[in-house]
Amino acid sequence: MKIPMSWLREFVEIPTDITHEQVHAALVKVGFEEEDVHGFDISGPVVVGQVIEFVGEPQSNGKTINWCQIDVGEAEPRGIVCGAHNFVVGDKVVVTLPGSVLPGPFPIAARKTYGHVSDGMIASTRELGLGDEHDGILVLSTLGLDPEVGTSAIELLGLDDFAVEINVTPDRGYAMSLRGVAREYALSTGATFTDPADAPTITEASGFPVVIADDAPIRGRAGVRAFVTRVVRNVDVTKPTPSWMITRLTLAGIRSISLTVDITNYVMLELGQPIHAYDLDRVSGGLTVRRAKAGETLTTLDDKSRTLNPEDLLITDESGPIGLAGVMGGASTEITDASTNVLIEAANFEPISIARTARRHKLGSEASRRFERGVDPLVASAAAARVVELLVELGGGTVDALGSDLLAEHTPDAVDLPEGYAEGLIGVHYSADEITDSLQAIGAEVTVTDTGWSVTPPSWRPDLGDKTTLVEEVARIVGYDRIPAVLPVAPPGRGLTRAQRLRRTVSNSLAASGLTEVLAYPFISQQSNDLFGSPEAGGATTIKLANALDPDAATLRRSLLPGLAAIAHRNVSRGLTDLALFEVGTVFLPEAGHRYGSTSLPLGYELPSDAALAELRSSIPEQPWHVAALFLGDAVTRQPGQQPLSRGLADALATVQQLAATLSVDIDVVTGTHQAMHPGRTAELRVGDHTVGYAGELLPALALELDLPRVVAVLELDLTVLITSAAVDIAATPIVSYPAATQDLSLVVPVAVQAGELLAIIREGASELLENVRLVDDYRGTGIPESHKSLTFALRFRASDRTLTQAEATDAKNAAVALAGERVGAELRE
Amino acid sequence: MSEPTPITEPAVTAAVEAALAAIESAATMADLKTVRGAHLGEGSPLAALNAQMKNVDPADRAASGKLIGGARGRVNGAFSAREAELAVAEEQAKLAAEAVDVTAVATRYVKGARHPLSLLMEHMSDIFVGMGWEVAEGPELENEWFNFDALNFDEDHPARAMQDTFFIDPIDSHLLLRTHTSPVQIRSLLERPLPVYVVAPGRVFRTDELDATHTPVFHQLEGIAIDKGLTMANLRGTLEHLARAMFGEGAQIRLRPNYFPFTEPSAEMDVWQPNAKGGARWVEWGGCGMVNPNVLRAAGIDPDEYQGFAFGMGIERTLQFRNEMNDMRDMVEGDIRFSQQFGMVV
Repeated sequence: MKIPMSWLREFVEIPTDITHEQVHAALVKVGFEEEDVHGFDISGPVVVGQVIEFVGEPQSNGKTINWCQIDVGEAEPRGIVCGAHNFVVGDKVVVTLPGSVLPGPFPIAARKTYGHVSDGMIASTRELGLGDEHDGILVLSTLGLDPEVGTSAIELLGLDDFAVEINVTPDRGYAMSLRGVAREYALSTGATFTDPADAPTITEASGFPVVIADDAPIRGRAGVRAFVTRVVRNVDVTKPTPSWMITRLTLAGIRSISLTVDITNYVMLELGQPIHAYDLDRVSGGLTVRRAKAGETLTTLDDKSRTLNPEDLLITDESGPIGLAGVMGGASTEITDASTNVLIEAANFEPISIARTARRHKLGSEASRRFERGVDPLVASAAAARVVELLVELGGGTVDALGSDLLAEHTPDAVDLPEGYAEGLIGVHYSADEITDSLQAIGAEVTVTDTGWSVTPPSWRPDLGDKTTLVEEVARIVGYDRIPAVLPVAPPGRGLTRAQRLRRTVSNSLAASGLTEVLAYPFISQQSNDLFGSPEAGGATTIKLANALDPDAATLRRSLLPGLAAIAHRNVSRGLTDLALFEVGTVFLPEAGHRYGSTSLPLGYELPSDAALAELRSSIPEQPWHVAALFLGDAVTRQPGQQPLSRGLADALATVQQLAATLSVDIDVVTGTHQAMHPGRTAELRVGDHTVGYAGELLPALALELDLPRVVAVLELDLTVLITSAAVDIAATPIVSYPAATQDLSLVVPVAVQAGELLAIIREGASELLENVRLVDDYRGTGIPESHKSLTFALRFRASDRTLTQAEATDAKNAAVALAGERVGAELRE
Repeated sequence: MSEPTPITEPAVTAAVEAALAAIESAATMADLKTVRGAHLGEGSPLAALNAQMKNVDPADRAASGKLIGGARGRVNGAFSAREAELAVAEEQAKLAAEAVDVTAVATRYVKGARHPLSLLMEHMSDIFVGMGWEVAEGPELENEWFNFDALNFDEDHPARAMQDTFFIDPIDSHLLLRTHTSPVQIRSLLERPLPVYVVAPGRVFRTDELDATHTPVFHQLEGIAIDKGLTMANLRGTLEHLARAMFGEGAQIRLRPNYFPFTEPSAEMDVWQPNAKGGARWVEWGGCGMVNPNVLRAAGIDPDEYQGFAFGMGIERTLQFRNEMNDMRDMVEGDIRFSQQFGMVV
């Protein structure tokens, strides 16, 4: 909402030298956030001049310029070059003299042009910031002005005025008017407020026929609460809008269109009451307000034909719909230059009905925004009277005796504010006078009772419906500065949950070992989900956004990998070609064939039934935490005495081991397949019988398609399951200090036998004396049969109760060899 | 074969002096080993003299033995001393040879980093955990009831349309991406025994295109405390504690009236950032207020018995003014240089 200062001053006392900062500060104090300040940005000598004579001078470029002599109230006229032709000798115009500055900033100086020295400029409305007209200059008589030559045009046109812009929160519909903001300014500063709606009450008349026939109220609320009509006849609608009105409308952000439109907008801004004006002669019969019938159409003022919905509230006449109530008028009854008789409507429509219609037809307007937030139901008569007053004054009409009112009955319930409640909620002691005065200041009727106060809110504050809202008013009017800072003491807490602690531990561990955390958007394409969202091809079930910003990223990720790949690509394209990235984040895992969501929602202000709550809770898909990582480029870069070490599957698997060790959970690595991964370099990761993820290299073709190097290693695990599986209450094994016996073991096996399998067999066969075993060599070639390999393991044996002899270790080793021979045909390599 | 030299003082002295001279001139351990063989080993002059002991007259035997023993002692002593000297010299030479340019040693370290937004959320959560609060979480894909209805957003209220919500297809499924972390308030109130003191850090979504000051995916930290007798003064006290923990002892909180459906009274909060680089300043930080009685009712709590406060702030915004960042895009693009400038510290 933009508030022109000269206008605000009409209703509240404001010091003449006030700055916009001071006005903003006063309004911020009562709850209106500062947005901006708007002015005309014109300074210097800008005066009224009169055209004494001018000579047209054709130019070589085909244009004709006028060399004008302009009287600006000085001894001699000034010579000014002007390209416009919409004036005659004797016209009064606005002259910007050398030294003045127009918005831009555009400084005016005497300058040589078209063979003359132009001693200033004759301004158009656009140059002055008052409109869009720039083909011609502003001739003041078109605004109905005939000022003295030499008068300051800045003062004349109000170009020294400025507007403060504030944000009006949706609960404060009344502040979308000068009336409302003036009242709030007065509340903040203590200045005297004059209510512009305190106009004489208009006697009820019933001449113009209006029928209210709302047979389908939305949520049980009648669509019309007040409907006031007035008729003004013999109006000259082509008369100019006065400059003061244009200036104020311009500052308020509304373009001047025509006298009638300007007046209706002006009154809407002043009083907050949207007004509609009809060409009375184009209205057939009386008005009926009703809901639309299915299939009805209406051409609105913007010349668009709209198919109406049975919830839409309409203004109709005998011809059918002539307006979408409170949202936009119809084209058929629009005022034109030929109109002479004007029908004015000042109605009060129910917010929900207007909000739904405006949203349905995507027709947010100044009117609908006010109705949605609530318009004072008692202001309609005053607003209609104000429109009549201005039309008569500026358009020369006469008021018809005819008129009709459906006046709202406003009988709000009194709200009890118990003594002590404000102090108990805010933590500030308020005196009885402070409470009474604050509530009276906002326009409420306040009665002191035995137990506190009985408060009847004013008609423009439908938001004040309970004691809490009243306390906010008291706290706001007295000032939030009074609220002290008192730290409350919470009961003892249990710290982070295990899952929260372990997720942090995982992230810190990965970062400490050289991975960089990234946070990708969860929006990806369906194709990416199809590819990464499940190990087998066949289309992944996904959650889709109804209003995605990017149609190519309209589904929610089932996997963190597409996001990591996109971020990797961004880094690579910026020359960062050695990467180790990770993300810990949630994924969205809808099940195929399951319909998520709720068919209807419980009420918002009471506890839903257990069944309804259970339904709400189960209406969303699983959203577990995953951890994923991506590696490419070199792990160790080339350095003196150091060959580079490329990243690959080993990095992914090492990270799996790291995660397993960090969480103390056993993750089994077995050969796996995943549609996005290299068929020979993919590991399926298992905890017990549960597949918890995959690690491997991306399919090289896919990596290249993603604009990444050929080798990209990735892993992704279900972190929620890992954390659930993590060891709990680990029972520590005592550390044995007897010496160890170490032995090497080489086994010859067919190449198809996996090292992991053999390791498991050795562990099983060598029994509990084996403390540690690791693979140290894989040899194929001379001395080893075709299609066989020799795997060498380093074994470390230790007994918990004695020094182990080599003979005992050898026995244990031989047991392992025997088992390996039995299971996979392994033979000891001599 | 020449006549054996008899054990005489000049003969012994000559052998000792020859040995000492040889030891002294040995430059390496290898030289010294040779010297040892020549002057102490079999066939050395001293060994030959010693062999004459059997021919010495018994009356002179003690004197001759002492002469020979003394000589051998001197030579052995000199040898050990020289051996120690040479060992030190050789170790020093080895160390000198092993010296490297410490600024050019091949590194195996790879720099990693947490994302500063994660670290900041953890830091802020920890401040509350230190006060006995707990950290609550909830789903990002949420039912509309938790995100709006239960938070006193009427289905037709303009505030609901102002949230720029991402809806899930089909729209009549009433699912959405949470527009704030406030649904966690409701879930916490429904699930936890009273009193409740929790913070909910997490990711939220609005349909804003990415630019220098907006991102469609961002993070918030929200807090709610419901107990008997909590006041707006307690809200201010809590926020001031948080502000001081984050911005230093001089930090302050300023409240300005505002409107949120889920609080009444509601306030916009500014924080006085005493150590800002460009000088101390007020910065807009977030929204807060006393929890609206309708929110308590939605969670089955009697608002005449319990009351409390809630607050929330954007983590991106906090990082922006706390760490002097101009462009929001740096936080979301995942360029490793961004996170790596923070390491594990924020």
